[in-house]
Amino acid sequence: MNDMTRARADEDLAAALGRVAGGDEAAFVSVYEAVSPAVLGVTSAVLRDRAQAEEVTQEVFVEVWRTAGRYRRERGGVRTWVLTMAHRRAVDRVRSAQASADRERRAARLEAALPEFDEVTEAALEHEERARVRRCLAGLTDLQRQSVVLAYYRGRTCREVSESLSVPLGTVKTRLRDGLLRLRDCLGVSG
Amino acid sequence: MGTENPHEATAAYVLDALAEPERAAFEAHLETCPDCAREVREFAATAALLGAAAAVEPPPALRGAVLRRIRELPAGAEPEPGAARGAGPETEPAPEPEPGPARHRAPRHRAWSRWALAACLAVAAGLGGVAAWQYQRADTARQQARAAEAREAALAGVLSAPDARLASGRIPDGGTGTVVLSRERDGAVFVPSGMAAPPAGRVYQLWFAGPGGMRPAGLMDPARPGAPALLAGPVGGATGVGVTVEPEGGSAAPTTAPLVLLVLPGARTA
Repeated sequence: MNDMTRARADEDLAAALGRVAGGDEAAFVSVYEAVSPAVLGVTSAVLRDRAQAEEVTQEVFVEVWRTAGRYRRERGGVRTWVLTMAHRRAVDRVRSAQASADRERRAARLEAALPEFDEVTEAALEHEERARVRRCLAGLTDLQRQSVVLAYYRGRTCREVSESLSVPLGTVKTRLRDGLLRLRDCLGVSG
Repeated sequence: MGTENPHEATAAYVLDALAEPERAAFEAHLETCPDCAREVREFAATAALLGAAAAVEPPPALRGAVLRRIRELPAGAEPEPGAARGAGPETEPAPEPEPGPARHRAPRHRAWSRWALAACLAVAAGLGGVAAWQYQRADTARQQARAAEAREAALAGVLSAPDARLASGRIPDGGTGTVVLSRERDGAVFVPSGMAAPPAGRVYQLWFAGPGGMRPAGLMDPARPGAPALLAGPVGGATGVGVTVEPEGGSAAPTTAPLVLLVLPGARTA
């Protein structure tokens, strides 16, 4: 999908979401079809458990149905709106599960090898946008890339990332921001 | 850490990497920092592309499960929340309360599902004009011959099949092509959007692509350039659908390079 078709698809999705707010099931299905592969991809990466990822995906779309009227086009695209929700819910679930796990297991998890993009999303569909993200991630420094991958695809906090990478907390925040700035430009995102 | 610039936390905030109370503190800062808010919007769009890159094919049953759940709820009626992100978990609807008498629910499902995929296509193919298409369908249906009606029924059958899947691709000369596939019905429909009319004396011909080469699958009606077209013949072992420009009447094998070649959803490619 190029930038123009992406923008066009965003407009269509926003219009569909407007109809969802009025209870239009067909419009809801169209939003579901367009966004559910990414939602399931994100929740699968963060939760690393397909059954839980499907549960969270259901919750996300129930929330889309219930809160479609709150969506504001000027704040961003529908995809962004839904995926923000999905990431947040997946992360919340991971952290509440984590809170009950013992510290030893947490430490062991943090010591695991640093995953790269193709490992955290290995079951993903291959397509043009995926290739583009891979290319753009490859343009980051190791520290930027690993910080972004751990935070986004694994749902790690800055503190956990700093422990995994053995760098100060402030450095992680800076690298996340530098990394996203570069990705933003490389992926051609405009405000 | 206490001395750092709060702007630095934009990315960490968007990536959900801030723990409380830092997260709440950043949200408070965000209220008074338009630059941060703009950056947060851009980063959220960037993160969404990272998410899209991880896309996986959801199992068809998941859509059914989601639809069953939303039918229990009113849409879009949720009031604006007092706090942006409430403390504590939101109340979730019961997992699947009581399916209710199936006979009462079936007709409702059928009523919308016929057009559900048509609406999907509007989004997937960037049509945005499904209403016009439906109107045209209703308007011309009466005059249509029996054979055409049977074709329409098969076309609608594919579009509304529970296992229908979509694949879209851009046509280099302009527009988008979408194929809707139902393995259950062994049928496929090609839906053009914004595709230019074929040159004079030429037609668009559809093809099933497979290990054995290109198999002819009928011509698109030049009088209805934007109309969805049912591919002639069974899908069988085809792995793709192609469109070529051919002389009037069509060809037995493609004589031009495909304008677009769409890989069928679920096809095993080497």
